[in-house]
Amino acid sequence: MKLTYHSVEELVFAASSSGKKISQIVLEQQAEDMELSLSQVYQSMDKNFEVMLESVEGGMDKNLKSSSGLSGGSAAKMKEAVDQGRNHYGRLFGTALSMALAVAEYNSSMGRIVAAPTAGSCGVLPAALISVMKEYKIPRETIVMSLFTASAIGMVIARCASISGAEGGCQAEVGSASAMAAAALCEIFDGTPDMVSHSCAIALKNILGLVCDPVAGLVEVPCVKRNAMGVTNAFTASELALAGITSTIPADEVIGAMKRIGQQMSSSLKETAEGGLAATPTGCRLCRQIFGEEN
Amino acid sequence: MNVFDIIGPVMIGPSSSHTAGAARIGKTAALLLDSPAVKADILFHGSFAKTYKGHGTDKAVVGGILGMDPWDSGIRTSLETARETGLSVTIHTGTIDNAHPNTVLITLTDKTGHAISVQGASVGGGNIEITKINGMEVCFTGQHTTLIVTHQDVPGTIADVTGLVAAHQTNICNFRLNRQEKGGTAIMTIEMDSDFDKGLLSKIQALPAVHSAILMKLS
Repeated sequence: MKLTYHSVEELVFAASSSGKKISQIVLEQQAEDMELSLSQVYQSMDKNFEVMLESVEGGMDKNLKSSSGLSGGSAAKMKEAVDQGRNHYGRLFGTALSMALAVAEYNSSMGRIVAAPTAGSCGVLPAALISVMKEYKIPRETIVMSLFTASAIGMVIARCASISGAEGGCQAEVGSASAMAAAALCEIFDGTPDMVSHSCAIALKNILGLVCDPVAGLVEVPCVKRNAMGVTNAFTASELALAGITSTIPADEVIGAMKRIGQQMSSSLKETAEGGLAATPTGCRLCRQIFGEEN
Repeated sequence: MNVFDIIGPVMIGPSSSHTAGAARIGKTAALLLDSPAVKADILFHGSFAKTYKGHGTDKAVVGGILGMDPWDSGIRTSLETARETGLSVTIHTGTIDNAHPNTVLITLTDKTGHAISVQGASVGGGNIEITKINGMEVCFTGQHTTLIVTHQDVPGTIADVTGLVAAHQTNICNFRLNRQEKGGTAIMTIEMDSDFDKGLLSKIQALPAVHSAILMKLS
């Protein structure tokens, strides 16, 4: 059956009826569409994963600073707390937070990252996947394959709603990233295609309505810390789904709701830096400080 | 759309529109100049004008002019590289009428004094649209192999050019013509589904009404 990426249901049906994982059928169809071999497509994804690994590493530098001075160094602080056993919710949780911060701060400081699905939300997937890969010594191939499941979910969201903050607010960026990560994690831990769909739905539901309100219009405040929240959202959703808990509202209806919420959201809350946190006294002061009085 | 539009592109942060797209516009301008630039005049408009410092849009555009792709780590230090390699860079901010909020106008000059001005918009996700060349309206994205032909507006020129393209079994997916006035200078932008060789380009350049023809594609 030919995938059109117009619904999550289609992915679940294609995988369940063929007895394959979603990642496998997506890889096969992408290779066909791009007129490349399975291994060429896989290798391209593996290269992107390598960039994710490098960005986690690069972002841990405690001297990292963005050109605006608004961000940098918090990943190193979080990692230090984990290394010294000072964090409270376990090593995996703390490590995932530090990795999400690392990639997002590396992005803010002009480091090389993989947009997943966007630059503003680039920390969620690498943090979710690399932290569990290290904690549970999962083979790299399993992790790279799960990125095909994540991208299939991302394609459905992009087609049926949006992955752009300017169109859909932060729910479209960190929301999509956490739904993609939740789906990938669910597959990594051997969840069924149906569980993958519930994992995606739960993650998105948790973040519906989140606005995009970057201080001074820069991808830093609150974006960096929202990436940390995104990875915990992916953990929550996949953990619930893997325990057999289902989403009352099916994934495709959640994506439909997300689209409508994006349309109803005021443009001041969609990446224009005119509302929300950007319009707070501190947000305005920082904006003037960075760009001068005329702004 | 494919999986690498979602997990990708690999790029220098922080923003696909303010850095990746900006680098692509810079690179396009350099490809269109077709010789090494010694002078770059950059005018930022809209959101680019307001936030280029915080986003590093200036570094991205200059990196692109120096031939860097959006994933090149050299973008971070492109302003220093420009100084070292003798590219003099001037940056202004201003308003360009009827332009997309993320628009930049780049004027490049080579050592012989030959100059080109390229206006482009970063339209999201690192995608771009080149909207003007030397003040004349064009419309292309750089994703396809693109042929840009500046010529005298005389009958038969379009047929001559597209005839040569057709004779090479190359399919045109987008065609646009703009002219300053009847009989004056005109510009054709032709986007194609496949690459074609430089031999065809020289045949087009040799056509009597053609002033210049450039073939380009972004990686």
